[in-house]
Amino acid sequence: MQEIERLVQLLARLPGLGPRSARRAVLMLIKRKESLMQPLAMALAEAADKIRTCTTCGNLDTSDTCAICRDPTRDQTAICVVEQVGDLWALERTGVFRGRYHVLGGVLSAIDGVGPEDLNIAALLARVGPDHPVQEVILATNLTVDGQTTAHYVTERLEPSGVKVSRLAHGVPVGGELDYLDDGTLATALKSRQLV
Amino acid sequence: MTAHPADLETRLAAARITSAPPASATGLTAETGGRVPALSVRRLRLNAFRNYSQASLDPDRRPVVLTGANGAGKTNLLEAVSLLTPGRGLRRAKTSEVDRIVPGAAPTPWAVAATIDTDTGPVEIGTGRDPEGERRMVRIDGNPEKSQAVLGEYFSVVWLTPQMDRLFQDSAGERRRFLDRLIYGFDPAHAGRLTGYDKALRQRARLLKDGSRDAAWLGALEAQMIERGIAIAAARRVMADRLARACAREDGPFPGAGIAVEGDVETWLGEGAALDTEDRFGAALQANRARDAETGGAAVGPHRADLVVTHLAKELPAGQCSTGEQKALLIAIVLAHARLQAAERGAGPVLLLDEVAAHLDEARRDALFETVLGLGLQAWITGTDRVTFGAFGDRAQYFEVEAAQVRPAA
Ligand SMILES: Nc1ncnc2c1ncn2[C@@H]1O[C@H](COP(=O)(O)OP(=O)(O)OP(=O)(O)O)[C@@H](O)[C@H]1O
Ligand SMILES: [Mg+2]
Ligand SMILES: [Zn+2]
Repeated sequence: MQEIERLVQLLARLPGLGPRSARRAVLMLIKRKESLMQPLAMALAEAADKIRTCTTCGNLDTSDTCAICRDPTRDQTAICVVEQVGDLWALERTGVFRGRYHVLGGVLSAIDGVGPEDLNIAALLARVGPDHPVQEVILATNLTVDGQTTAHYVTERLEPSGVKVSRLAHGVPVGGELDYLDDGTLATALKSRQLV
Repeated sequence: MTAHPADLETRLAAARITSAPPASATGLTAETGGRVPALSVRRLRLNAFRNYSQASLDPDRRPVVLTGANGAGKTNLLEAVSLLTPGRGLRRAKTSEVDRIVPGAAPTPWAVAATIDTDTGPVEIGTGRDPEGERRMVRIDGNPEKSQAVLGEYFSVVWLTPQMDRLFQDSAGERRRFLDRLIYGFDPAHAGRLTGYDKALRQRARLLKDGSRDAAWLGALEAQMIERGIAIAAARRVMADRLARACAREDGPFPGAGIAVEGDVETWLGEGAALDTEDRFGAALQANRARDAETGGAAVGPHRADLVVTHLAKELPAGQCSTGEQKALLIAIVLAHARLQAAERGAGPVLLLDEVAAHLDEARRDALFETVLGLGLQAWITGTDRVTFGAFGDRAQYFEVEAAQVRPAA
């Protein structure tokens, strides 16, 4: 059955799923066709149709200029730089940070062929020019080697702008990924950030 | 730039290895004044592991003697215990290589479950291959862990295998790995720093190979190498130093050993503060970029260091000593390390001694056994013949391994 094989192959590409779990998921979907498979198919189609990437910050929303960038009550003087949208969501859950975000869309990795031009770095530099309100950039990349390399690189590139640059303080375990941290740890790390 | 990460990391690493042991526990001499608590395995379960379909072993704290014919599965049991620590175990195997091969059948992912006794109480460790791929999964007390590095917080083992009989003739890499594993027992973070350093080194090599001249990117990677590299070199220096002091004198049949690490970064650390070393290492990396682009490596760094051991009484490099003398030097280092760790961490490591009796005369063998007993270490010792272990009497426990089955010996 070609349809099923194709579905398995596609699902197996999702993070955390291999062929074995994908097969299990497909069987479950087929078993619950009305209650799960069809609603899921519709939700996927709708999301594919409506979801946009914010051209300012890289966040996902149904409108370009996302709700966070549009929100006038949020602090315009601080930008928090994260690797992925998932990290942005993790930080939002803590409710501690009231500024805006910038999603890089990955980390520098020569081995994976990801260079500065593949990341959303130019757009970040454009947000901190002399006639912008931003005073502080908080780097919240993961404490992996690639995350730290990227933070180091971004710091270097931000230097001419004169903006204050800080890093999440290290309540975060080494090698840690923000996505996996509990909200309390993340909130503490954010509050006790350090200047670099 | 206000932060000097390399300096901080270095001081942390050095502090963890040098923190003064309690006065009562400075057991650095040959005498072992009473038993010190040691780590031990209390329960071991194997599933689809090498030649074992299933195996279980419930030892007490005494040394574990495993005897059986060639190919029975003795070394495989030691390998299972070695995989309760971070890394690839005593065979440095790929995760999937450990799966039991059954001709004509699909591989089942291997698993090892163990209960270990630590200074802070029993801990359940589970590890095995992720059915979805090459990843090694780790559970502590039933909870999945993201990284196998946490294993080092609970457990530590040191092994001697027949392959290591050639350690002093082998490449410097083998000796570095040996020293690094000894450090894990004192500073579990060492393993993570080594992995991070290698990662940054490989990223930089790739970037150079691709012909990139992005100075900011290269600089960012070199900063990662420097931060971790200096901490690694500092930890190795401290460890070598402490071992050298502990091995300076002859200990019964075990010769006095000179022990030192040699390498550029190590030398710079000896000449000045970590901050100067940071500058020198940084300058060296920058100066060698063109050359490194050609070789695909890095000309300077702790990944090139070597562990240099000498037979003090003979003033001979270890590599020029007789086979038995080399083995005696190696054992002297391992025992000194176990003693230091017992004194400092409050719990000596588990020793895995594969075919250790080979090349040792009876006097050395008995001295080794007595020291193991004196330190209260749970040593797992293999051999083909039970008589070899007569000196242990009932101070050890005996298991027979036969055709992928283990059972207590009669
Ligand atoms: N992945 C695997 N699947 C099945 N069998 C394996 C696998 N890897 C190794 N073996 C087998 O396990 C058997 C036991 O190996 P092991 O090295 O433990 O023997 P041993 O008892 O230490 O023998 P010796 O005294 O020769 O050192 C060997 O016959 C080997 O071929
Ligand atoms: Mg063997
Ligand atoms: Zn936005």
